[in-house]
Amino acid sequence: MTRTQGKRSAVEPQGENILTVDNLDVEYPLKGFRRKPFRALTDINIHIKPGETLGLVGESGSGKTTLGRAILGLAPISKGTVVFEGNDITQADRKQRRSLGRDLQVVFQDPYTSLNPSLEIGDILAEPLGVQGQSPEAARKRVRELLDQVGLPSDAINRLPREFSGGQRQRIAIARALALSPKLIVCDEPVSALDLSTQAVVLDLFLQIQKDTGVSYLFVSHDLDVVRHISHRVAVMYHGEIVEQGTAEQITRDPQHPYTQRLLLASPVPDPDRQAKRRDERHALLEVQRLEEASTLPVS
Amino acid sequence: MSEIEVLADQSDVGQKGTVVRSHVIKKILKNPMGLIAVGILTLVVLLAILANVLAPFDPNFANIGKTLANPDSTNLLGTDSVGRDVWSRLVFGARTTLLSALLCAAVAVGIGLPAGLIAGYYAGKFDGVANWVVNILMALPGIIVLLTVRAAFGPSVWISMVAFGILLSPGYFRLTRTAVQSVRNELYVDAARVAGLSDASIIARHIFSVVRAPIIIQTAIVCGVAISIQSGLEFLGLGDPTVATWGVMLSEGFKNVYLNPTLLLWPALAIGLTIGALVLLGNAVRDALEDAEKIKPAKRGSVAALNSRTAPGRTQNEAVAAGTEHHLVKVSHLGVGYPQADGSVKKVVDDVSFHVDRGEVLGIVGESGSGKSQTAFSILGLLPEAARIVGGSIQFDGKYTVAPTDDSVSQSRLSEFRGKRISYIPQEPMSNLDPAFTIGHQLVTPMVRVLKISKSEAKKRALKLLDDVGIRFPEKTFNAYPHEVSGGMAQRVLIAGAISCEPDLIIADEPTTALDVTVQADVLDLIRDLQKSLNVGVILVTHNFGVVADLCDRVAVMQDGRMVEEGDVREILRNPQDPYTQKLLGSMLEGKEPMTMLVSAGASAGGADNEKEAGL
Amino acid sequence: MVTFILRKLAAGVVVLAAISFLTYFLLYFSSANIARNILGEFASQEQVAAKEIELGLDQALLPRFFAWAGHALTGDLGTSWFTSEPVARALMTRLPVTLTVVIVSIIFIAIIATALGMAAAVKRGWIDKAVQSAAVIGDAIPSFVMAIILVTVFAIQLKLFPATSSISPDSGSAAWIASLALPVLAIVINGVTSAAQQIRSAVIKQLEKDYVRTLRSRGISEREILFKHVLRSAAPAGLTVLSLQFIGMLGGVVIIEQIFALPGMGALAVQSTTMGDIPLVMGVVLYTVVIVIIVNLLVDLINGWLNPKVRVS
Repeated sequence: MTRTQGKRSAVEPQGENILTVDNLDVEYPLKGFRRKPFRALTDINIHIKPGETLGLVGESGSGKTTLGRAILGLAPISKGTVVFEGNDITQADRKQRRSLGRDLQVVFQDPYTSLNPSLEIGDILAEPLGVQGQSPEAARKRVRELLDQVGLPSDAINRLPREFSGGQRQRIAIARALALSPKLIVCDEPVSALDLSTQAVVLDLFLQIQKDTGVSYLFVSHDLDVVRHISHRVAVMYHGEIVEQGTAEQITRDPQHPYTQRLLLASPVPDPDRQAKRRDERHALLEVQRLEEASTLPVS
Repeated sequence: MSEIEVLADQSDVGQKGTVVRSHVIKKILKNPMGLIAVGILTLVVLLAILANVLAPFDPNFANIGKTLANPDSTNLLGTDSVGRDVWSRLVFGARTTLLSALLCAAVAVGIGLPAGLIAGYYAGKFDGVANWVVNILMALPGIIVLLTVRAAFGPSVWISMVAFGILLSPGYFRLTRTAVQSVRNELYVDAARVAGLSDASIIARHIFSVVRAPIIIQTAIVCGVAISIQSGLEFLGLGDPTVATWGVMLSEGFKNVYLNPTLLLWPALAIGLTIGALVLLGNAVRDALEDAEKIKPAKRGSVAALNSRTAPGRTQNEAVAAGTEHHLVKVSHLGVGYPQADGSVKKVVDDVSFHVDRGEVLGIVGESGSGKSQTAFSILGLLPEAARIVGGSIQFDGKYTVAPTDDSVSQSRLSEFRGKRISYIPQEPMSNLDPAFTIGHQLVTPMVRVLKISKSEAKKRALKLLDDVGIRFPEKTFNAYPHEVSGGMAQRVLIAGAISCEPDLIIADEPTTALDVTVQADVLDLIRDLQKSLNVGVILVTHNFGVVADLCDRVAVMQDGRMVEEGDVREILRNPQDPYTQKLLGSMLEGKEPMTMLVSAGASAGGADNEKEAGL
Repeated sequence: MVTFILRKLAAGVVVLAAISFLTYFLLYFSSANIARNILGEFASQEQVAAKEIELGLDQALLPRFFAWAGHALTGDLGTSWFTSEPVARALMTRLPVTLTVVIVSIIFIAIIATALGMAAAVKRGWIDKAVQSAAVIGDAIPSFVMAIILVTVFAIQLKLFPATSSISPDSGSAAWIASLALPVLAIVINGVTSAAQQIRSAVIKQLEKDYVRTLRSRGISEREILFKHVLRSAAPAGLTVLSLQFIGMLGGVVIIEQIFALPGMGALAVQSTTMGDIPLVMGVVLYTVVIVIIVNLLVDLINGWLNPKVRVS
């Protein structure tokens, strides 16, 4: 549809990418006899290089979260491939996942439900280490390092999640993702549940960790400002498809797809006069798009 | 063996769960009802274990020469109609009763728990079949089945109890299945899957801990039901006549009720006390667990328990606070607090003053826990019941809705305004419509009540309103149920409801937070247009400075219950004076250089200071 | 709507068939000495064998079951092996007594529990505490023990009510009502408090919903919110409790009927199962299950009417 959409990743050299997703479809079976499955994602193509952040932006129900989950093996893939570090992990079983867990990790949106409320922080952080067969002592030591890395006191080990604020919990979730020094972290709306000032602190932490460890992020968010701030490249999702992909600069300065254009002008800016101007631009854009739609409608 | 031991067992399961669990046990014992329950059950257990020692006679030993005797030194509680010792039978009856209750519970748990775990975790075919079986089992009246089982297998307490255990297993099945289903899709279970944990470890580590407590509670109840049914069967004379049980004793007593009613007393008391203790224990466990959970929302709603001694607000806007001039709504030195268990009052709003006039939009900005919503709800008189006004006053159009000496919002004075001159736009569109009524009904009723117009006229107005808020097919939406429309549409419906009675003041609590950005922009446009055309005053509660810039004439910034700054929107956004406002605006991403640090200079640990250390 | 009812009815028929077979299967094991029991100790071996053939006891499980089921489908439930009374007639004379006790009880429970539960949820305070404490007592004392206590106190000691009753429904209404008072009271005391507690928590859950706050903000009166919106949304939870209690009562009433010597299904159930009167046992089970299925269907229908989401699907 537009210049960057589609098979771009297939043309580029594969060796460089840490993650390559090709022609991916995700379908959820629906209850009921012989009902057609619900297609959540259609023909997704993305790739991520080492040390790179790909931002994924879209509205609720656009499929952005599903894409992250499909890569993690938490959503049913019906077509296409997911290649991670040269290995096809499209249908990886639990055993493969276990070894994958070392290099591929996740931070979820809601810091209140992503930590088991009845486990102490030390145990939560040690869980991925234990799965990889580390001894309890080694795990303990690593847990201390991790808490230090995300800026939490080491006495947090013996506390329960409910003793921490939202931002602190999100750091714990980040520490868990970092435990095995992964190469790619899927971040599913990791700052949307946080207050503005906490969001800034946690975004800083993400950037700092990337600088220190060279980890790659697939950063999913509904907030274009957040995605623009943290991503090298941005993919825009709409109704289960990627409608536009490019550098953060390209997407935010010169959006091609009508949805991206609307999205860009929809987010209000914190100044009344500039916002009034943006509002007028948005109304003008909507008017133009309405006319275009009206003129293309009879043809299609 | 009683519930206490079951509890103690549970505490050792997860190595790290111990800390919490022991709290629960402590709480149960601190609760007088829990203590009584544990005491009675311990006693009954001791009786059952030491029956051989405590009973002077064999339960079936009959002294024909001494029937229906009154209590004396040999027969502590007297004898029954064939001269058997009542005390001995009571003590041995405790053993049979407890063992049968435990057998029944064990069978029920043994079937229901694993089946529930599997059905809940894997769903699919097993779930379907299991549910079908459960529906059949639940459709069976217990005693009729037990009578049939007895006809088939003879009068054995144990077979009846196994059968009854099977009949009660659906309770455990449903409980476990529901609990597992609610946890199965929790993010921490997903995180464990990503880490590569096997299903067995996930169930043992993350899922079993969730069902543990409800299972204990259910077991207390099931044991009670089992004792009641078992006694009932024995009472009917359907039990094994050679075994002494409380039910047989009841039946024996009932036959001789004209001769010696005390024969009834002891077994009835034993049954009542034991089941009562089980019920109390179940309640105590539930209360103890609910207590533990209550901490969570308190922390979540967040932050900084101000106590009543805190200094008055830093910034005083004199023009607002001191003036006697007339405003549409005027809030002066408002304080809202929640009484705590220890007698202190936790203030969530402290010395807040502002005013709004017709045709004016005031934004109240702040982070979670800043008290912005509590302030708005005080004006609406919709604070939670526990809330108290601890200071200040609120006037609407010159009349006090909170007078300076009031400790709560005057509902009677407010009812003349609320829904008529003051209206409300909530945050979550879906949960704010009653799912059981059509959208039309929910728009029409308030108009009929408030404006005293006829239903047909109200319907006409509702359709016009739906059209006004930009809904394309008003008639269709009017007849729809809330679950049939999208979130953005539901929010338009709520806005239509808010303007339906032509209010002077609209209080909008985060009206666009739950919406997608593009929908948010549309709804903001709608609110702006309506505000202009109706010339209403608006109080807009939000955390988003972009929304403030889009709609507001003036803005008040709140932090930890206090107002730190208030003024013209351009003034505050362009030239904030208060350090907190500066920090908030500094956290905005708009206009920042991408990939640069926002607050910290680079040290990863530096961020810790910027965050509220709630709960630590 | 029609398809909904038909689907539920079809499911009910399947359940009925499954339970019938299961019961028949269980009873199959008990039928060893039936013929001897019927004829008495002095019957000859040949007479017993002849009786076994007459009753079909010589046949295997499946043919026997299908023979019974075939007759049952035509409405013929056979005759009692011991009294030779047609099963259907035996049941039809007993059923009204049992149903009267159970239905009257459940109506009382529904009304009182709703009133108490709502009062406790809205007013909190002492009413709430009283309901909660009463619930413990209600749960602690099984209905038959409560019945025994009531008989002992009100009938035997105070002589306010008849202790036992062999009065049939058609013999003078005053005496009939008097004889029902204590059994119903025993069941109601046992059931009402736990139902009230469930309704209380359902009402509290609804009162905390966002939409209640929005209704208040629209100027709707507390009374209208409570009776129109909250009660309606809390009703499914209450109905579920009541239907489970109803099913439980069908069993529990067996003991109650024994205590008060009421001529209901209870005595029939006890006699037929102790003696191994298979046609009668099957009749009792069949009738009970049909009642349960009807009750569950009614609850489903009411819930569908109350909740538009269920109605659509």
